[in-house]
Amino acid sequence: MEGVIALYIVMLAAFAGYEVIARVPVILHTPLMSGSNFVHGIVLVGAMVALGGAGTPLEQAIGFIGVVLGAGNAVGGYVVTERMLEMFRASGDRKKTKESA
Amino acid sequence: MGGWLPDDVATLLIDASYLLVAFLFIMGLKAMSSPVTARRGIVVAGVGMLIGTVMSFLYPGMGNFPLMLAAIAIGGGLAWWSGRIVAMTDMPQMIALYNGMGGGAAAAIAAVELLRMASAQPDAAAAHGPVVTALAAAGAFIGSVSFSGSLIAFGKLQGLIRRSFRFKGQQFVNLLIVAATLAIGASVVVAGHPTTQTIVLFFALALLLGVTMTLPIGGADMPVVISLYNAFTGLAVAFEGFVLENAAMIIAGIVVGSAGTLLTQLMAKAMNRSLGNVLFSGFGEGEVAAGGGVTGSLKPIEPSDAGVMMAFAQKVIVVPGYGMAVAQAQHKVWELCQLLIEKGVMVRFAIHPVAGRMPGHMNVLLAEAGVPYDLISDLDEINAEFETADVALVIGANDVVNPVARTDKGSPIYGMPILNADKAKNVLVIKRGQGAGFSGIENHLFYLDNTRMVYGDAQKVAGALIHAVKAAG
Repeated sequence: MEGVIALYIVMLAAFAGYEVIARVPVILHTPLMSGSNFVHGIVLVGAMVALGGAGTPLEQAIGFIGVVLGAGNAVGGYVVTERMLEMFRASGDRKKTKESA
Repeated sequence: MGGWLPDDVATLLIDASYLLVAFLFIMGLKAMSSPVTARRGIVVAGVGMLIGTVMSFLYPGMGNFPLMLAAIAIGGGLAWWSGRIVAMTDMPQMIALYNGMGGGAAAAIAAVELLRMASAQPDAAAAHGPVVTALAAAGAFIGSVSFSGSLIAFGKLQGLIRRSFRFKGQQFVNLLIVAATLAIGASVVVAGHPTTQTIVLFFALALLLGVTMTLPIGGADMPVVISLYNAFTGLAVAFEGFVLENAAMIIAGIVVGSAGTLLTQLMAKAMNRSLGNVLFSGFGEGEVAAGGGVTGSLKPIEPSDAGVMMAFAQKVIVVPGYGMAVAQAQHKVWELCQLLIEKGVMVRFAIHPVAGRMPGHMNVLLAEAGVPYDLISDLDEINAEFETADVALVIGANDVVNPVARTDKGSPIYGMPILNADKAKNVLVIKRGQGAGFSGIENHLFYLDNTRMVYGDAQKVAGALIHAVKAAG
């Protein structure tokens, strides 16, 4: 990738991250930290590429550990974030779920 | 597996899918910024992750597929299982654990890349320019620190590590480790053809730094540290994204790095601590003087009388603290509030940014008990309302309602934003015993003329209050 293009990507992504978080209410800080933790679980993809190209047994072992850890980051991050956010309900929603139950 | 597609087609498909992944991640995070759409947000981001993972199997020239699938099954399965069973009160350390895994994965990518450089012919190694090598090493360094540091944070919050290890000159030792690691990293970049021993030493030092940096930090400051390591992992992932020329990793990593840095600052500010202060000094140990000058006395009240007081109030503001969650009283408290609401009492929950173990944690615990989020207000929204409240019900909260933070310049918590519970007409404090808060500071709120103490386990007291409110007819 061209160095300058990469720098553009970095700058824009940094602004995007900042803007997206800047408007988050405090009540969502914990799920949000967990959610952003999930997003960097994309490291799984890189770990797969590293393992996919590994030649020596040592490289394979480290690549294997990398994929295990990356998959843990992605799946664990998703499960706990989803569990937390699933519980957030407004007063109106509550009544609806009560009636349907 | 990618063999059945021409390489250029596979590459194009992967690139296109990564663009979609980046789009879905940012849309997902944006949706997570409102409680109405938050649930949809994580699902959107999850779809992105699934697409990215599946498409990555198409990479031309990849091997080791059985190993890869086994690793995904093991890591994903264990994380899925642990994520399902973890209690909501233990959420902060689980986030730390999963975050550490991400940092470890980024470090592993760097390790494989650097080892490949070590084993390759000198001319082949030149394919990685010094810039890419430097980025790989930087990602390895940050990712390793995040990995071992997060594991220590997990251990501390989980209660596996109970002591804070400090010794004289600790900062100096940490600085030495940083300098040594950077020097070795620089030598790898300059040489371009590192030995395996150098690489092992580099990683060992970086992992050690994560441990020595995190061990001295007290449990109360851990949320800030976890948030910082979250940003670290994001950066490490982005750096390895450069090495692998993987746009999805660069964008996702930088977005998290920048968002995480902002989130860390917000948290540190809410706790009235600067980031440097959290990292380089202990809290609650040493020279904290128990604030003198308390006037008045602690005035106990029976739950039955307290219940009557609330039943005939017009407006009650509940201030929950971590003590409530420890006593698992949130369900009973919400039952009590529902009773009051049925009687026509206006009920609000006031949440301090550091209630619970990290900002927003208390909201999760209340949501679990079924409290609708529109009854929950944060500090800025609710503070002006305490003056019109008949009762402020403080449950297991202490320092966050201590008025000395406003008045006593000598107090360690001076300047910390607090909930103005003392401005309410009556204050009821449910508390286990007469001890001070985690910081060891006397709470002047408890001694005010309009404050009454209800002693006992929060869950039992809430049950007694429910009885009293029912009896008040």
